[in-house]
Amino acid sequence: MLIIDKEKCIGCGVCEANCAFGAISMEDGCAVVGDSCTLCGSCVDTCDVEALKIEIAADAGSTCNLNEWSGVWVFAECRDGEVSPVSYELLGAGRNLADQRKVSLGAVLLGSNVRDKATELIAGGADLVYLADHEELLQYREDVYGSVLCEMISTHKPEVVLAGATAIGRSMVPRVATELRTGLTADCTQLSMREEDGALLQTRPAFGGNIMATIECPHTRPQMATVRPKVMLPLVSDTQRSGDIIEFNPTAQALTSNVAILESVKAEQEKVNIQEEDILIAGGRGLDGEKGFSLIKELADELGAAVAASRAAVDSGWVSYPHQVGQTGKTVSPKLYIACGISGAIQHTVGMQSAETIVAINRDENATIFNYATYGLVGDLFEIVPLLKNKIKNVRGQ
Amino acid sequence: MKIVVCIKQVPDAKDVRLDPETNTLAREGVESIMNPFDRHALEEAVRIKEEHGGEVVALSMGPPQAETVLREAISCGADRGVLVSDRGFAGADTWATSYTLGNAVQTLGEFDMVLCGKQAIDGDTAQVGPGLATQLRVPFVTCVQKIRTIEGKSLDLERMMDDGYDVVRLPIPCLLTVVKDINEPRTPSLKGKMKAKKAEITVLSAADIGAKPDCIGLAGSPTRVVNVFSPPPRGDRTVFTGSAEEQVDQLVEQLGKYI
Amino acid sequence: MDYLLTEEQQMIKETAREITEKKVIPMRAELDERNAFPTEILQDMAKADLFGIFVPEEYGGFGGGCLDIVLALEEMARGCVGVATSYAANALGIFPVLISGSKEQKEKYLPDIAQGKRWAAFGLTESNAGSDASGIQTTAVLDGDEWVLNGTKQWITNGGEAQVYTIIAMTDPSKGPRGATMFVVEDGDPGFSYGKKEDKMGIRASATRELIMQDCRIPKDRMIGRRGTGFITVMKTLDISRPGIASLGLGLGQAALDEAVTYAKQRVQFGKPIIAFQAMQHMLADMAIQVEAARALIYAAAKHIDNNPKNMSKASSMCKVFATDMAMKVTTDAVQVLGGYGYMKEYPVEKMMRDAKILQIYEGTNQIQRNVIGQELNKEYS
Repeated sequence: MLIIDKEKCIGCGVCEANCAFGAISMEDGCAVVGDSCTLCGSCVDTCDVEALKIEIAADAGSTCNLNEWSGVWVFAECRDGEVSPVSYELLGAGRNLADQRKVSLGAVLLGSNVRDKATELIAGGADLVYLADHEELLQYREDVYGSVLCEMISTHKPEVVLAGATAIGRSMVPRVATELRTGLTADCTQLSMREEDGALLQTRPAFGGNIMATIECPHTRPQMATVRPKVMLPLVSDTQRSGDIIEFNPTAQALTSNVAILESVKAEQEKVNIQEEDILIAGGRGLDGEKGFSLIKELADELGAAVAASRAAVDSGWVSYPHQVGQTGKTVSPKLYIACGISGAIQHTVGMQSAETIVAINRDENATIFNYATYGLVGDLFEIVPLLKNKIKNVRGQ
Repeated sequence: MKIVVCIKQVPDAKDVRLDPETNTLAREGVESIMNPFDRHALEEAVRIKEEHGGEVVALSMGPPQAETVLREAISCGADRGVLVSDRGFAGADTWATSYTLGNAVQTLGEFDMVLCGKQAIDGDTAQVGPGLATQLRVPFVTCVQKIRTIEGKSLDLERMMDDGYDVVRLPIPCLLTVVKDINEPRTPSLKGKMKAKKAEITVLSAADIGAKPDCIGLAGSPTRVVNVFSPPPRGDRTVFTGSAEEQVDQLVEQLGKYI
Repeated sequence: MDYLLTEEQQMIKETAREITEKKVIPMRAELDERNAFPTEILQDMAKADLFGIFVPEEYGGFGGGCLDIVLALEEMARGCVGVATSYAANALGIFPVLISGSKEQKEKYLPDIAQGKRWAAFGLTESNAGSDASGIQTTAVLDGDEWVLNGTKQWITNGGEAQVYTIIAMTDPSKGPRGATMFVVEDGDPGFSYGKKEDKMGIRASATRELIMQDCRIPKDRMIGRRGTGFITVMKTLDISRPGIASLGLGLGQAALDEAVTYAKQRVQFGKPIIAFQAMQHMLADMAIQVEAARALIYAAAKHIDNNPKNMSKASSMCKVFATDMAMKVTTDAVQVLGGYGYMKEYPVEKMMRDAKILQIYEGTNQIQRNVIGQELNKEYS
């Protein structure tokens, strides 16, 4: 728990101001901690007089021998015989981590008749492909996939396991981490390796999405993380690369399922896939309704661009979910991103900050979005957007 | 049918923002609400109860003030509320939370279903549902968009995938996490509100649920937050000045290559 | 202003407001345009127990009084007077059973009304009996164990949508007003049918139809109260229902005021928001004064009625006149504040102004209300 040294505390209130949860208050010139403390530790660093410390009774799994674990693994998600793009992105990220640790990069491939995908994974950066090829693995089922991955991890003891934050990754990987009693960080946007001790530093938006938090898993292995599609860069496929396939035979028990897939229905994808567009015109709360959205649609039409939106706009029902950019929507990296009436909360900006050029239009000159913008326009978007549309029309007409 | 619904009290995310002056979270006026996804889980549980009979228990882990969301759950149709609350739970990551909730559910006795929202809007991890199912050793399916049929001890449902949906059959007892498409939650009824006002909320401590000290809170959490920081601004920004028209002219000049 | 409402009353307000914000406001323009009855919204209201407010506890309701209904209606009318009228007409339709019905009739109808399983409507008006209710031409004749009804009721709110109708008919035409009796007619009774749905200026979400009875045969036990007491039941019904209509005016006036102030703060002319101009401030101030005065009068009248006084007509009529005249004035002013935009269907005040007009007309025109007040004054000072 959070221990406050009453002798040292000078009641300056810095910790109170820094607590994201409002858990610290000042009483009689001394800090007092309340029930909403989550032990995040952000107060400890801000205390100049070192009056705060976090004491942990006993550490989870401190018996785990970290040295037994080696290698970086990527779960190669395979559906209908196709490896999903995020798996190659993870191989790109995993390659760096493995090189820093001077260990091998493994890809885990589960499925039925998927052996031929192993060479593609090696071309994508894997040194080893751990292959479990069995007809029971034809379709994704939480329990079977989870159990098989657990067995593979327990057998080969990788130090890092990465998976895509997809429907499959987000349901199966938490099961594996819970079973193995190890840490898992969801939706990381950045991964790096601390070379001296092999700690995987996992960065993700936290605390309601307004701050970034770096998380590590100090005492248990493997260190597990899911990563959103389109955040990491894949390597250029190199068919000259060599690697080994390691066959894995799951136990009969692992292949026994309680769950049956009766049918797989492929939905018609919405025509616009904002992840594939070069130019996105995005709208947020500032559009103030569907009418505001028709404004940016007109601008998008003029530019041959697609419309994107912040969560606020989607939640208000002005535009449908497939257009949502950000933490709970899609991550995009277009060449040009024009944000109209978007304040710039980090749950939005994590989804668009890698755009080549970002333009922000906002009435509030202090809006956070301007911190991300290549170009900022301060003013009423209802005035600026039509002007911009006409100006572009004129320029194009010439 | 006994259904346990896991409910989290979260800050209303759309109100949380960073104070540009002090670079701290502006908490003033941030309301605590029931996690929106959990509202859909609760609605589904109440609908199942209305059709098949049984009991809906709303379960939450959190500080004493999380009692409010349990009362709200009762006003929306839950039969009773159980809060697991203990200073020892502070700092729990998703592993320790799953463990704690797992012990709490087992303390409540046998169940047919546990329903959870897909994720909580404050953490967005979506890990506690699958983690809890693993602790309880029951099969689970995440991102359920529709329950098709419940017959005896078997359940047919639709699980959302990235490219469509799967139709899945699984046995009871089980755990499901649900997406918002599954239903339209009802407005709390007057009778519900009055019942909620009078309801006794059961509060369970770590000892009450038989939780091991090294499995709860920060001590039981495999992950640690080691650094918290504000995202760095991009360095190369230009904020135009002048009238709207002048600003637009300057922008169009810069955007030449895209136009 | 704080009216010191009880916790239960606040819950009623809160629940009605939640439904209004979530369900009514997003739908109101469409319902208005399509002339569509808000079946789903009323079902949502029923699920939230709002139909039980005015039903006694022993029949599965909350046993609330006039003030409780008034509070719910005020919140509903802030969203859409058409929707709120459908709710109010349901209450109006079942009041005769509540006031004069037998225990058996109450057991038969009230629990269903409380749960929203059946809706009610009130059949008084005829083509020749508007303000002058003595012109009623519908007749009821006892034939063995059945009453046989003949006649046509006009402009019946919830007509064709409700399942339970309370109808006034002449059982002894020679006795004049003392020859009228009330009956319950149910959807599906032989000889009972509906005429065309009216196309109205406002409150278009509510359904208004003719009820046609051609040798409509109903069991003897459908008579409400004793034979010849129909007018007394009607008068008592209207006494407790009028504050509800007043409350529709109150909610509507409040909504128009909200729209006007919000707009006046946003709209910039001559370099400043128009609310900065004194002419605008005075207009908004007058609107606010009238809204608040109406609220105070309605709540006071409703509390007075809940005390079950011997005479409630004057208080009931006063609040109906004041609040509905206020609604007409305030909605008209709201359109003025919004100027050209206010006249366009894109903004909600245009509908509000159309909706306001009926409030001065139905459930007794405001001229009739003034008659009632005048007659009461005449009695008081005699």
